Formats: sequence, C-alpha cells, structure tokens
Amino acid sequence: MKLDSQNIEKKSPLSEEDTVVIARPSRLRAALIALVAIVARECLRFLQQRGRFVAALVRPLVWLLVFAAGFRAALGLSIIPPYQTYITYETYIVPGLCGMILLFNGMQSSLSLVYDREMGSMRLLLTCPLPRWWLLSCKLLASTAISILQVYVFLAFAALIGVHPPWQGYFLIFPALVVAGLMLGALGLALSSFIKQLENFAGVMNFVIFPMFFLSSALYPLWRMAESSPLLRDICAANPFTYAVELIRFAFYQQWNGTALGLTLLFTAIFMGLAIWGYDPGRALIRRKG
Amino acid sequence: MTGLDVSNVSYAYGARQALDDVSFTVERGAFCALLGPNGAGKSTLYALLTRLFSTTSGQIEIAGQDLSKAPLAALARIGVVFQQSTLDLDLTVGQNLRYFAALQGLAGRSSNTAIDAVLDRLDIADRRSAKVRDLNGGHRRRTEIARALLHAPEVLLLDEPTVGLDAASRKALTDHIHHLCIESGLTVLWATHLTDEVAPDDRLVILHQGRILRDGIAQEIAGKDLTETFLDLTGAVE
Repeated sequence: MKLDSQNIEKKSPLSEEDTVVIARPSRLRAALIALVAIVARECLRFLQQRGRFVAALVRPLVWLLVFAAGFRAALGLSIIPPYQTYITYETYIVPGLCGMILLFNGMQSSLSLVYDREMGSMRLLLTCPLPRWWLLSCKLLASTAISILQVYVFLAFAALIGVHPPWQGYFLIFPALVVAGLMLGALGLALSSFIKQLENFAGVMNFVIFPMFFLSSALYPLWRMAESSPLLRDICAANPFTYAVELIRFAFYQQWNGTALGLTLLFTAIFMGLAIWGYDPGRALIRRKG
Repeated sequence: MTGLDVSNVSYAYGARQALDDVSFTVERGAFCALLGPNGAGKSTLYALLTRLFSTTSGQIEIAGQDLSKAPLAALARIGVVFQQSTLDLDLTVGQNLRYFAALQGLAGRSSNTAIDAVLDRLDIADRRSAKVRDLNGGHRRRTEIARALLHAPEVLLLDEPTVGLDAASRKALTDHIHHLCIESGLTVLWATHLTDEVAPDDRLVILHQGRILRDGIAQEIAGKDLTETFLDLTGAVE
C-alpha cells in the first residue's frame, strides 16, 4: 500500500445545484478509517447478537463447571511447566478454554464471512479502493478483538467461582491472546475462502473445530496423551492449537515459551497467506453463475 | 476520455466460457443498458468490472484508469449496486451509510456531508434514522444506490438493481437513475433482463451466452418492438 499523502478535492459529478465537495484523505488515513469502521461494526454486530454472546460464555463455563468437576477425581496431574506446584484440573484447563473461545470465535467469524459473501456485503468490502490484504487484515483484527473481549469476560466468571491464575497473568496473557487469536482468526479466514456455501460449514465443525480442540493440550497434558497412545501424542504435538494454548498457559504464569510463540506466529503467517491467496481475484472464489 | 471501456474481455469457469471476446465502450455521462437473459454473463462481467475476479484476457478501463494496472484508482471511481443487499438490516440508514463512507475513507464532516447529499438526492432524507428492516423494497434499493454514490463516483454499475421490486418502484428507480445521469454527467451501466427498463435513447448492449449480439442506440436496435427483437435475438421465442 502506498502511503503517500494525496488530498484531492473532488467535485461530485452528481451535483449541479447542491455542489458537494468531498475531501479525499490520504491512503494511510483512508486505511485507518476503514480499520476503525470494520472493527466497530463487528463489535456492534456481536453486541447485538446476545445469543452469540451468551453461547460464547456458557460453552467454556459448562466445561469448567461440569466437565472439569468430573475429571478432577479421575485425572491426576503431575507438576509440569509452567506450574510449580500441584494444581487442580480446573486450573489446568482454563488456558485451554481460553483457546476454545478463540477457536470457536475464529470459526464463527469465518461463518459470518461466508454469510456476508452470500449476502453481498463481502463483495462490497472487496470492491473498496483499499488493498485486499488490508481489508482481510481489518476483518481479522476485528474478530480477534471480539475473541479477546469474550476471553476476559469468561476469566471474570472463572475468577468468581475461585479459578484464577496469579493476577499478573491477566495482563501477560493479553499479548498471547492477540497472537493466538490472530492465528485462529486467520485459520477461519482461510477456511472461509475455500468454503463455497454456508451449508458446508457443518463440515468445519466436525473436521476442524472438534479435532483441533480434542487433539491438543487443552484438556490433557501431552504426557498423559502419550501414556495412552504415542501416535495421539504426536498428532497433538503437530496441532497448531496446542501451541496457542501453551502460549496462553505459560503467559498466565509469567513464563516464556519461545517454541509456542514462534510456531503460533509461523502458523499465523501461513494461514493469513492462504487467506490472501484464497481471496485473490484471480482465483475467483467469490464466483457465482453469471 | 470514455467512462467505461471494455475491450476483448473473455472469461471461463473451467471449460464453460462465460464471456467470449466482449468489447464495448460507454461515453462519459451516458446511460448504457446491458440487456441479457439469465445466464448471459452479466454478473460475470460485473465481477470483472469490480475486480472481484481479475481479467485473464482483455482490458478494462474505468474513467481512464486501467483496472489491472491501477486497480485501486479504478475502484475509487466506481460505485456499485449489487443484486444482493449489502445493508445491515438491524442498523439505521444513517449507520449503514456511515460504515460505507468509512470504507471509502470518509469520516467526520466529510462523511456527514456526503450522507446528507446522497439522501437528499435519492429523496430519502426523512428515512435517515429508520432501521433498514423497516424500509420497503423500493426504499432499500434507493439506500443501496445512495450508498453507491456516497464517494461521488464517476461510473455507477448496477447489477439488476430492480430485482424483487414491484412495477411502480421499478419505474421510479429507472427514471431516477436516468435523471441522475442527465443532470450530472455520471456514467451508468445498468444490467437487466427486462426490456421495459430501457429508454429509446439509451445506449444498449445486448449480451447473450457470453457474446455481444447488438451494440447501439436502443430505438435503432429495437425496430418496432424491443421485447420482440430481444426474444428473437436470444432465441427465447418458442
């Protein structure tokens, strides 16, 4: 994107009596105005969809209250980094549930993109005089902002029922949530460019969300997985979601995990590259019969 | 300088040829109707004109800007009305327009001025605070057109904009766009499959099975009756 400043005073060709003069901003300013508008619109839409907000909150809370309570007795956890003492199972799965919120929201955003594409508003977005990669990045930032908002609301509820990490962790997870949210949002964006119809989205649920969540370190540590099946452990270790969860887990306890950060950033770049490729006009994925 | 220049554009979906060597130009300030039955290739052409697809062969110029070489400059000069709605039903007309203005880089006073002007022009200033869900079909289409005109484009592309409207609303909308074209020098490409939306003095391009069958002034092409001629040309008469 060129960032040169160009202020063109342009007279509307539409007006004779009521002359309208529109001052066009520089490309950089136009790009920022679009970013703010896209993020604000996504937030507004999210707040209007109360059902979505409640579902986003109830899902991890049910896991925390019901699933974790049942598993606490069955599953013993040894002391593994970043933990320095024995922890309850509820404490173990909180970072995984934060990841779950990011994962579901990333996919939900991709669902809304497929819907937008069928409805026409995605066409409109892509015909804006801004680089396509920028428009997609705006969408990605918007969905990540909403995801993070949901994570913090969930953490507040978790704290109310007594599950909370050290208080510094709440600040330190923010950058981790941004990186993990961007990775999962970029995955959703990439998937949305390859899904031709809204109906195909059920497939994403079955073949992306569930395997990604269950075959990761969100619910069980990898050494536990290895005890039952080394192959499953290897699959979990190859799952990008595992690294997003571990990044959040280590950040909670103020510990650095370079591998998780590096791999999460790498997968973000790969998924975003795929999304930009998928939405390339030359690939004509927004096609329909003429 | 022409408003719109399409030269030797072809496009295929795999083995199916959707557009085959399509060429035509629209002078600045002209209203051009692109008439074709369903499946003629109109929507494909619009997808190419708006760069949703990129041209694989041929060239498109919008108000003098080559769409392949300077896509952002070309896109900044067009306003588009798609067949599908692009409006958020739960937001008001004003909120919708503010979002679209921002996508065009307009904010603050510029945005408000532009919104006031287009709402006035489309005679829907009194609907600014109404939710789009509460508008009738005709007013929703007008809002779409207002949205497309917000950034003062030089070329307006409308893809079957009257779909779903009753006869009176269709006529009002067609007349309105003709009027805009005459009074302001806006170049308009209006895709339709309905012959009654074409005025005798309009430029007319007839597209069928991806090829241009006729290109000229509507009344010269029409002969006695445009509907009959159109049906004859496209082989729709049993």
